[in-house]
Amino acid sequence: MAEFSLPKNSKVQPGKHFAAQGAKRTQVFKIYRWNPDDGANPRTDTYEVDMDACGPMVLDALIKIKNEIDPTLTFRRSCREGICGSCAMNIDGTNTLACTKACADVSGEVRVYPLPHMPVIKDLVPDLTHFYAQYASIKPWLRTQSPTPADRERLQSPDDRKKLDGLYECILCACCSTSCPSYWWNGDRYLGPAILLQAYRWIVDSRDEDTGARLDDLEDPFRLYRCHTIMNCAKTCPKGLNPAKAIAEIKKLMVQRRGL
Amino acid sequence: MSLRHPLARVRGLGSAKEGTGHWVAQRITAVALMPLAVWFLVCAFGLGSYADARAFLAQPLNAVLTAALVFCIFHHAQLGLQVVIEDYVHLRWLEIVLQVVVKFTAFLAGLASLLAIVRIVLGT
Repeated sequence: MAEFSLPKNSKVQPGKHFAAQGAKRTQVFKIYRWNPDDGANPRTDTYEVDMDACGPMVLDALIKIKNEIDPTLTFRRSCREGICGSCAMNIDGTNTLACTKACADVSGEVRVYPLPHMPVIKDLVPDLTHFYAQYASIKPWLRTQSPTPADRERLQSPDDRKKLDGLYECILCACCSTSCPSYWWNGDRYLGPAILLQAYRWIVDSRDEDTGARLDDLEDPFRLYRCHTIMNCAKTCPKGLNPAKAIAEIKKLMVQRRGL
Repeated sequence: MSLRHPLARVRGLGSAKEGTGHWVAQRITAVALMPLAVWFLVCAFGLGSYADARAFLAQPLNAVLTAALVFCIFHHAQLGLQVVIEDYVHLRWLEIVLQVVVKFTAFLAGLASLLAIVRIVLGT
């Protein structure tokens, strides 16, 4: 059965408290901690951060905590401007990017957890191996049969290029897939919103010539049809995209090529 | 720990190349159920007695629409429950048992309902 409670060794315990010294304006961060090496249960550590000496985003606070309060805190980050997708995590109950989420937008304490229902490597770092393998499985590159033009690139009309808007912006941060209950229960076989949006990005690309094979690969009760239009994906996407719509477009194409 | 490449696990047994028929059938039965269910409920609430109900179902048009309603209800229910079981039941033997039980139950209940309608129409 689907598991609705955590196993005993995953139950989250209260953790340490790091008080701020002589700060006027503090915000409290409750952060999920788990270390694979100490054999202990996960816990939430509480950090009081002096917001007068901290940048505005949750990532700024995490970096400040790591630099000045607790160097053992582990998380991924890179670009700090919402384009790399590394710092995707669950903040205040919603999957988003720590670098584009303002601390001021959270009322009360800021709860920070890793992306839901992924194996945790350490603290806020989830294991995305399976997610990346699913991305590789859709062969996310231009697949053509016609020979490459000798003297120029493959052309695309402005109208056809417009069809990629709302798709090409996806940075594969995995916020949507890990917010999807269907992906939680059947992520081993369901490709999830992020990968299906990426699949549609190649299906709808006017330069791609392998649409039929792409649809063949997706036509499966689990790979595609586990999407039950729950819409968590569209709600959580930190880039404001709508993976559910891309999935609906794939389903429409499935019907279009066979009839009702 | 598995030594298989993650991509091998994802590609698994390959695509089933189906699921669209199921998806379409679920939506078409849903669309059909909306007018049929409203029609049936409106009519059913207007019926006073058992004899009224029999007389109502004995009319050919009413019998055909009620038969269509019965077919759509049980077909739609089976399709929906199949998805729920696929979603949540991950114990393989239990999943198979439940799928078969749901299919048999829906089929038998539908068949029994249709037989009842036929008997009323024929007045037996």
